[in-house]
Amino acid sequence: MSSQKNYLRPIDFKHGHIDMTHGAGGRASAQLIDELFARTFDNDYLRQGHDSALLPFPSQGRLVMATDGHVISPLFFPGGDIGCLSVHGTVNDVAMSGAQPLYLAASFIIEEGFPLADLKRIVESMAAAAREAGVPIVTGDTKVVEKGKGDGVFISTTGVGVAPPGLCIDGRQAKAGDVILVSGTLGEHGVAVMSLRESLEFETAIASDTAALHTLVQAMLNALPDPHTLHVLRDPTRGGLATTLNEIARQSGVGMVIEEAAIPVLPQVEAACELLGLDPLYVANEGKLIALCAPEVADTLLAAMRAHPLGLGAQRIGTVIQDSHCFVQMATKFGGRRVVDWLSGEQLPRIC
Amino acid sequence: MKYITEFRDGQQARHIAANIAAEVRPGTAYNFMEFCGGHTHAISRYGIADMLPPNVRMIHGPGCPVCVLPIGRVDLAISLALDRGVILCTYGDTMRVPASDGLSLIKAKARGADIRMVYSASDALKLAEQHPEREVVFFAIGFETTTPPTALVLRDAKARGVANFSVLCCHVLTPAAITHILASAEARQIGSIPIDGFIGPAHVSIVIGSQPYVHFAQTYRKPVVITGFEPLDVMQGILMLVRQVNSGRAEVENEFSRVVTATGNQAAQKIMAEVFELRESFEWRGLGQVPTSALKIRPEFAAWDAERKFDLHYASVPDHKQCECGAILRGVKRPADCKLFGTVCTPESPMGSCMVSNEGACAAHYSYGRFRAVAESDSAQVATQKIAK
Repeated sequence: MSSQKNYLRPIDFKHGHIDMTHGAGGRASAQLIDELFARTFDNDYLRQGHDSALLPFPSQGRLVMATDGHVISPLFFPGGDIGCLSVHGTVNDVAMSGAQPLYLAASFIIEEGFPLADLKRIVESMAAAAREAGVPIVTGDTKVVEKGKGDGVFISTTGVGVAPPGLCIDGRQAKAGDVILVSGTLGEHGVAVMSLRESLEFETAIASDTAALHTLVQAMLNALPDPHTLHVLRDPTRGGLATTLNEIARQSGVGMVIEEAAIPVLPQVEAACELLGLDPLYVANEGKLIALCAPEVADTLLAAMRAHPLGLGAQRIGTVIQDSHCFVQMATKFGGRRVVDWLSGEQLPRIC
Repeated sequence: MKYITEFRDGQQARHIAANIAAEVRPGTAYNFMEFCGGHTHAISRYGIADMLPPNVRMIHGPGCPVCVLPIGRVDLAISLALDRGVILCTYGDTMRVPASDGLSLIKAKARGADIRMVYSASDALKLAEQHPEREVVFFAIGFETTTPPTALVLRDAKARGVANFSVLCCHVLTPAAITHILASAEARQIGSIPIDGFIGPAHVSIVIGSQPYVHFAQTYRKPVVITGFEPLDVMQGILMLVRQVNSGRAEVENEFSRVVTATGNQAAQKIMAEVFELRESFEWRGLGQVPTSALKIRPEFAAWDAERKFDLHYASVPDHKQCECGAILRGVKRPADCKLFGTVCTPESPMGSCMVSNEGACAAHYSYGRFRAVAESDSAQVATQKIAK
C-alpha cells in the first residue's frame, strides 16, 4: 500500500466555492493561500511566509500610511473590478500626499459560497494592478463569513509609502489665489458602476477610470522647480469633485470659485447623469486627481499633467478665494452663479 | 446631448435676460410663483435668480411631490414595511421624508424594513412577480406626471393577476393646489395675493394640457405661462409673464409648445380615469386639507389598493411647531424667514419637507443659493459697523 506523502488534491478553481474551512486556519486555509494568494501575488517579502512582512526602512523622508475598505457592488464592472480598485484606491490615497507608494497589505472577507473562479479573477486583477503600479502586496489575511453575512467579497487594503523630507501637500494648505486643476474627465467610475445595478438596465459604453495615480503625481512634482508650490492633492472619489472641493475649502478655511464651462465631462456621462437625475460633479472617480497650486506654476503643472497618459484631459477649473463661510461657488455655463454644496445623503450606494 | 444643450445656451440666456431687464418697469414688482419643483431646481442649479432684475422675484411653489407628502402618509408606508413585513418600493427622494418618531423610510430600512428604491412603477410590479411569496407595495407619489405609469401597472397587475402586488396611492392634482393657494387664508386677510403670475407646470401639462388653467387665470386674474424645465424655457416663461403683467393681461400662454397641447395626452388621461377616481379631500403637507385634490384607486381595482388590502387608516400628524414649510409652500414666507432653516433643519437632517428634495424651496436655497443671503447679511453687518463708527 503506497500513498504519496503530503498529497493534496488541487483546488478546483473552475467549479469550486468558498466554504467555512477556507477561513478556519487549517489545511484548507493554507492551501488557498498557497495556491491562490501566494502564487498570484508572489514577491520576496510575501515569500518570507511570516504573519507580517519584514521590510527595509527608507533611508530618508517620512512614512505615509493609508487604508481603504472596498465593498463595491457589483464586483465586476466595465473598466475594472473590486480587485484592481482595491489596489488603485489605496495607492492613490498614499500618493495624494506626494509620497511614493512602496508596499500594500490586503485583507479579504469572503462570504461562504463565493465562487472560487470569481475569487481567482479578482486576485489576479489585484496582482496585475499591483505589478503595474510597482507596489508589491507584501502581507495579507483571509477570513470567511457565513452565507448571508457578507456580500461576496470585501477587500481592505493598507498602503505604506515614503514622502520626501520637507514636502507638505495636504488639505489645509489651500491659499487664496491658488489655481484649481483637475486631471481629466469626471464621473466615469460612478456611471459605469451605476449602469450595471440590477434595477438600471441601460447599456453604456462608459468604463470606470480606475487607475493608480502615483506616477502622475511624481511627474507633476518633477516638473515643479519648487515642490512647495503644490499645495493640495486629492482624488475625488465618493461624493465627486463637489464634495472633495468642499472638504478642502473647510480644512483650509477658504472659499472657491469654479467655472462650469471648464469642468471636463464626457458627453455620454453627461447624458447618463441627465437620465438618472444625477449631477456629474457628485459622481465618483477612481483615476482622477484635483491639484491646488500657486498661480505662478499653474501652467507648468498643467503642461506636466497633460504630458502624462493619465492627465491628458487635465483642465484649469477655478481659483481659491478668501471666504470665511468656505463656500464653493460655481459660475454656471448658463451665466448665473450658485453654491456647489456637500453631497447630502447618498447619491449612489456602494460604489467603491 | 442633442436637444438638451440647445436649451441651456448661455448666450441665448443673456439675450433673454437683457430683454427682461429692458421690459420691466421700474417701481413695479413682479412676483412670480413657479409651481413645480422642476422649475425651482432649474432656477437654483443654473443661477437664474442672478440674471433677473431686482424687482422680479421668484416664489417657489408647492410643486415638489415629496414636499407636499404629509407625515401621516409616510407613517402608513413605514408601518407597512416595519410591521406588516411587505417589500415597500418607492422613488428615491421619498426615502428621506421625515415622518413621526424621528423616522423616515431610510431610517426604517436601517431598522430592518425591506424598502427598495425603484426608478419606475413597473420595476415594483416586476419585483412582485419575482417574489410571489412576498407582499410588494408600491408607494405611489407625485403629480399628474407620475400618475399614468402607476395607472398602467395597476391595470397590468389586474390583467396578469399579480395577487401579491398593491399600490399605496398618494397621487395629487395640480390645478386644485394652485386654486387653493390663490384662495388661501393669507390671501383673504391681506386682500391681495403677493403673486403676479404663475410659471405653469411643464411635465404635468404634457399630461393634462393647457386647458385646465384657463378657469383660474380668468377667475383670479393671474397670468399663467406653461413653461419647460430647461433654463432657457424658464427665462422665456418669465419674459412672457412680464409682458402679460405690463399689458394687463391674465391669460394662459404656452411657452412649452414643443410638447404641451391644449388638451394634453388623452391616452394617459383615459387610463388615469379608468383606474383612479377623485378623493373628496386630501391632506397636503403645508397646505392642509384640500378638497378634490388627489386620486384614489377605483373599487374595481380594490384588490390592488394597499389602503383596502391592509385596512389602513390615515391619521393626520402636525408638523414641528416652528416649521414654516406651510407658509413657504404657499409663497407667503421665504426659506430664510424660518427659524429652523440652516440651523436644526438642513438637508442632512431635514425637519420639514421643503428641505428634503433638491426640488424643495428650502433645500434648493440651502444647496445652491444661500451664499447670496450670507453675502447680503455680511454687507449689512459691514454697513451697520460703518454707521456705528
